[in-house]
Amino acid sequence: MEKIKIEKLSLVFGKGKAKALKMLDQGKSKAEILDATGCNVAVRDANLTINEGEIFVIMGLSGSGKSTLLRCINRLINPTTGKIFVNNEEITNMSDKELLNIRRKELAMVFQHFGLLPHRTVLSNVAFGLELQGIEKDEREVKAQETIDLVGLKGYENQKVSELSGGMQQRVGLARGLANSPEVLLMDEAFSALDPLIRSQMQDELLLLQEKMQKTILFITHDLEEAIKLGDRIAIMKDGEIVQVGTSEEIITNPADDYVESFVENVDRSKIVTAGSIMFKKPKVARLKKDGPAVVLRTMRDLGLSSMPVVRTNRTFLGFVKLEDVVDLKKKEIKTIESIIRDSVMTVNPDETVEDMLPLLSKTNLPIPVVNEENHLLGVVSPTSLIAETTGKDKGEINEIIQKAIEL
Amino acid sequence: MIIGQYIESGVNWLTDNFSGLFDGINTGMSSLIELIEAFWTGIPFYITIALFTALALWKAGRKNAVLTLVGLVFIYFTGFWEETMQTFSLVLASAIIALAIGIPLGIWSAKNKTANSIIRPILDFMQTMPAFVYLIPAVLFFGLGTVPGAFATIIFAMPPVVRLTSLGIQQVPEDIVEATKAFGATPRQLLVKVQLPLAMPTILAGVNQTIMMSLSMVVIASMIGAKGLGEIVLQGISQLRIGLGFEGGLAVVLLAIILDRITQNLGQNQKKK
Ligand SMILES: Nc1ncnc2c1ncn2[C@@H]1O[C@H](COP(=O)(O)OP(=O)(O)OP(=O)(O)O)[C@@H](O)[C@H]1O
Ligand SMILES: [Mg+2]
Repeated sequence: MEKIKIEKLSLVFGKGKAKALKMLDQGKSKAEILDATGCNVAVRDANLTINEGEIFVIMGLSGSGKSTLLRCINRLINPTTGKIFVNNEEITNMSDKELLNIRRKELAMVFQHFGLLPHRTVLSNVAFGLELQGIEKDEREVKAQETIDLVGLKGYENQKVSELSGGMQQRVGLARGLANSPEVLLMDEAFSALDPLIRSQMQDELLLLQEKMQKTILFITHDLEEAIKLGDRIAIMKDGEIVQVGTSEEIITNPADDYVESFVENVDRSKIVTAGSIMFKKPKVARLKKDGPAVVLRTMRDLGLSSMPVVRTNRTFLGFVKLEDVVDLKKKEIKTIESIIRDSVMTVNPDETVEDMLPLLSKTNLPIPVVNEENHLLGVVSPTSLIAETTGKDKGEINEIIQKAIEL
Repeated sequence: MIIGQYIESGVNWLTDNFSGLFDGINTGMSSLIELIEAFWTGIPFYITIALFTALALWKAGRKNAVLTLVGLVFIYFTGFWEETMQTFSLVLASAIIALAIGIPLGIWSAKNKTANSIIRPILDFMQTMPAFVYLIPAVLFFGLGTVPGAFATIIFAMPPVVRLTSLGIQQVPEDIVEATKAFGATPRQLLVKVQLPLAMPTILAGVNQTIMMSLSMVVIASMIGAKGLGEIVLQGISQLRIGLGFEGGLAVVLLAIILDRITQNLGQNQKKK
């Protein structure tokens, strides 16, 4: 179900917005508009749908408009044009009173520099949102204490926040957001100010919490690793535009343009790319009952294969036959290939990552079969493409290397 | 001078048309001052000394409490106790009014750009004027006496608290303000729960300055008939009685130090707690 919908949203900073908007319509670039009008286009014609219960990550370089877009959702900044819906209610035309209400009840925010009240204790910071709603002290403190326990700050409730470490302060920030029981969490580079170790810890905890809570989370970062770790889906922004939306794998295996590619080129692909995306789909197969050695041999010679997967008629995977065995069989004039199937091969499912598949390479020189839950063959991953994925070299180069190795 | 003529006719117009208003202010202020003065000159000196010393002990520590005690006892033995209390009462009354107007003005100018762009140059202008220039409109509106003295003092002493209140609020980190808004605070909640508490040390520094400037102006205001230590100093000057002038001046300085120590630490104490 869709939770947040952003439609044709643009945001221009500066005076003389009308002219800037007109130039936007004409498709002029951010730099051209800045030159001509002095206006800064922070977000440009953004369209997004964020589903209930997902962690949606917005990524992009500094100044690409991530924070601005996020702040439009709770209208800390008012968009210049376009609409935003939360639960199918239009945020962009709400009165101040309705807006206060939705900020109090449905949208909570976590900030990069925490934004806590330094003169108050952890408990009263966490209870702050409830206090603004006018909830009685006893009641709000009970609720705040529950949330403090949830984020692992039990025992710190009476400390002043200025006395806590960065990681702990951000736990307070997170607890403050959760104490309101919002449906949506807006997190603007929430972990960017933390040490790498603490940061990774907080990411794990957020994922754990999310398993329990199933909130809709909008998370901003400029760190791809973080985006991949947290995001169910990722949107990439450049100069105010959303240039690509997709799962991390979609983005990595199929970057929309050079900008996205430059983002993803340094990522450790072997952790993200899966069998499903690099397998050779619908390979030629030998059907157990139907194809005899003569047919199999001809197909293999035609395609230049040294091995071929064998399936039952319903595509259940059985194993491989090797070229030399088939030749042998034909010489002996045996009519079925059943006796030569090598069935001791490991199968993988399509979500297995390249990293997980690498160890299989040392056990077999056959392609790796990819099967679904019913053990139906979906495709095969050749050792060459597996190595290509991990090294980043293309298949031609790898074949050359292998060839040289054989010659030596 | 043409400008002088315009000002004069402007002031005349004000006094003609708003004499009712000035009379109202006059009565209001004089009864406030009288009330405060009746209290401080009414209670026995040792109770006053005890009160001040206790306050200093609470807010400014033991060293300043001793200083306060010694200073006040010294003033008592100079024989100008009553004048000192008159001066103090006038400072208190003027400062209360200056703060009551100045703090809201400061808040307003922090929150509203237009207000800020009007208030700021006026404050600059006010601070560059020599102190006794304020005596002139005060006399024109209220004649001679204590009330015009207080009026001039209020005008003179108000700028620092306006400025520092505004500054304190503007200095509240933007991310805290943003977070507060994001959780659905009304502008009022933002002010009361976040901006004022965080700006408090700065505002209190402004309060201290306003009180100190009130004291200096109250002494000058004796030129137009305000009662208190200023009268003694003025007598000393006009009658060339150096000893008298010196004693009066010393009492002013002691009172200034005591008030400064106590009010200066208002803010710091608050922060430490
Ligand atoms: N209040 C403002 N007034 C004018 N321009 C602004 C304002 N806030 C942001 N901008 C501009 O809008 C653009 C987008 O800024 P934004 O803060 O949304 O970027 P970001 O992607 O969040 O960057 P970062 O990673 O540095 O936080 C930038 O060019 C920035 O200079
Ligand atoms: Mg940002």
